[in-house]
Amino acid sequence: MKRILSLMLCLAMLFAFAACKGNSADSGSDKPKDADNEKADYSFKDGDYYENIGGELNILNWGEYIDPELLNLFEKETGVKVNYVEMTSNEEMLLKLRSADCIYDLCFPSDYIIEQLIANDMLQPLDMSKIPNAKNISERIKQFTNVFDPDNKYSLPYLWGTVGILYNTKMVEGEVDSWDVLWDEKYVGQVWQYDSVRDAIAVALLKLGYDINTRSADEVNAAKEELIKQIPLLKGLGTDDIRSSMENGKAALAVIYSGDALECCSKNEDLAYVVPKEGSNVWFDNVVIPKSAKNVEAAHAFINFINDANLAARNTEYVYYSTPNQGALDLLGEEFTEDAIFNPSQEVLDRCNVFHDLGDFVDVFNTAWAEYKSAMGNR
Amino acid sequence: MKRKVFAYPYIVWMILFIVIPMLFIIYYAVNVGGDFRLDKFWATLSDGNKWTVLWHSVVMAFKTTAICLLLGYPIAYILSNMKRSVAGFISVLFFVPMWMNFVLRTYAWQAILEYFIPEIKTMLGLEGSVLMVLVYDFLPFMIMPLYNTLSKIDKSLLEASRDLGANGTTTFMRVVLPLSIPGIVSGITMVFIPAITAFTVPALIGNGMYHLYGNEIELAFKTPNAPGDYAVGSTLSIILLISVLVSTLIMNHFDKDQQTGGQMW
Repeated sequence: MKRILSLMLCLAMLFAFAACKGNSADSGSDKPKDADNEKADYSFKDGDYYENIGGELNILNWGEYIDPELLNLFEKETGVKVNYVEMTSNEEMLLKLRSADCIYDLCFPSDYIIEQLIANDMLQPLDMSKIPNAKNISERIKQFTNVFDPDNKYSLPYLWGTVGILYNTKMVEGEVDSWDVLWDEKYVGQVWQYDSVRDAIAVALLKLGYDINTRSADEVNAAKEELIKQIPLLKGLGTDDIRSSMENGKAALAVIYSGDALECCSKNEDLAYVVPKEGSNVWFDNVVIPKSAKNVEAAHAFINFINDANLAARNTEYVYYSTPNQGALDLLGEEFTEDAIFNPSQEVLDRCNVFHDLGDFVDVFNTAWAEYKSAMGNR
Repeated sequence: MKRKVFAYPYIVWMILFIVIPMLFIIYYAVNVGGDFRLDKFWATLSDGNKWTVLWHSVVMAFKTTAICLLLGYPIAYILSNMKRSVAGFISVLFFVPMWMNFVLRTYAWQAILEYFIPEIKTMLGLEGSVLMVLVYDFLPFMIMPLYNTLSKIDKSLLEASRDLGANGTTTFMRVVLPLSIPGIVSGITMVFIPAITAFTVPALIGNGMYHLYGNEIELAFKTPNAPGDYAVGSTLSIILLISVLVSTLIMNHFDKDQQTGGQMW
């Protein structure tokens, strides 16, 4: 009896293995082919610059935020071994950069974090003579990044975007143009809020007509109350998991970054994205070199590498976020440059603001956020 | 007496990996940037929100433990009455899922509940789904000690009970159940304590909406009020440690008869 059972178990396991193998082989042959066809246009040419660097390069970046091919290409070109680590929030990145044994040579924080890092003297000035490709950065974007890092002394824009509402046109009635829709009781259990302190509180502040960089504790608390009121309507509080939920029509509305929205819209044509009329946040993720970086040579080479027009174009097609690289924009097809999500009009950008570092006042935001989270259990 | 020597490596291990880390937690709870300060410690202790979250966790852990016990006891009882070889084989089946990493299993459940059989989640609701996955994860920890205790009960006791005229129910209530209490106690301890600290399951299955005590500690460390300020997170950890210690002591109180093992010191 026991032997027969064991035999059956073994057979079942074998079948399971076979099934798994079959599946992975299928999906494996599908994807890269498509990707290759799309990206065949952008070949990488200048090789001399990158010779004989060597060593290791530790990079800290957001999840799914670079075309992995770029990393392979860089390794092949320079002989540098790249260690690539992902994180999910600016606050997490800040924590890692502040730890005494910070190992990272490069990272990609957002505007308000860069402001803080500069103020705390935690970044190295960039040596522009080693980054000739910096000339590719568009003047339009520099106007914004000058606000938190004048003349790109410490950072260069990597990717940028807006925050807005992604909605399913089959599930939401009428035109969406206001943050108010996220509080509409018609959509109970169908709204995704963003699990990040600044982003979620900004949405509530904008709904109430306040500044996203407010320094009034009353306004932050009012925003917190709005968020608590919204809890019964939530499908959840998410980050990267919002995408697949929206693509599969599991929820009607979501607070989302523009690049994620573009990717979702390309996979499900029922989805649409809007930057609400009350205004929103426009953000810039720049590449920086921490003071503690070990391989500064390779870090500069990498920054120059990703600002190559061809590679930046290839990268932006992969991650769907907007590139600040004018050279890349000139190469990209109309499906990107004419897209309102990828390349928003000046009129949209005029109603958006950049986050600023709040200094000690961030404490008020964090406390409000912790109170909001503990209110989740009371629903 | 000489056997004491064998306990020394364990003592060294305990000091290095249990006592010293705990001292670090206490240190960070009352230190902000190198200054000795108690204000954050007291502020955290008197913050009602933190206690609400702890209460939610206790309730959740209690429900998980109760369901595990209700499901696990009959299973262990049936197993203990089977032929040893068959029972051994079946209990291995219960453990097969545990060969895979706990977080991976939780991700698998997330995919099942969101995309493959979303009806389960609709039916159970968010809380029900979180509970179900917690029970799934911890059930083996309930079954194993119960099975061990139940299968060690001397069958002649049951025969004696029959001979004296007790029917099946009476035998179970007055002989089997009292004798299995050590198993129940260690089962409850092994489920309740990991359940109270659970934070992957509520985060992944609860769509980020189940904010339990483990998540609260994570949040405190992820968004510190100032750089290097771990006072809030450490204080929260101390509260949790004490709660766990108290519940272990309470459980041990019920388990007094089972004190085995020699003195170490």
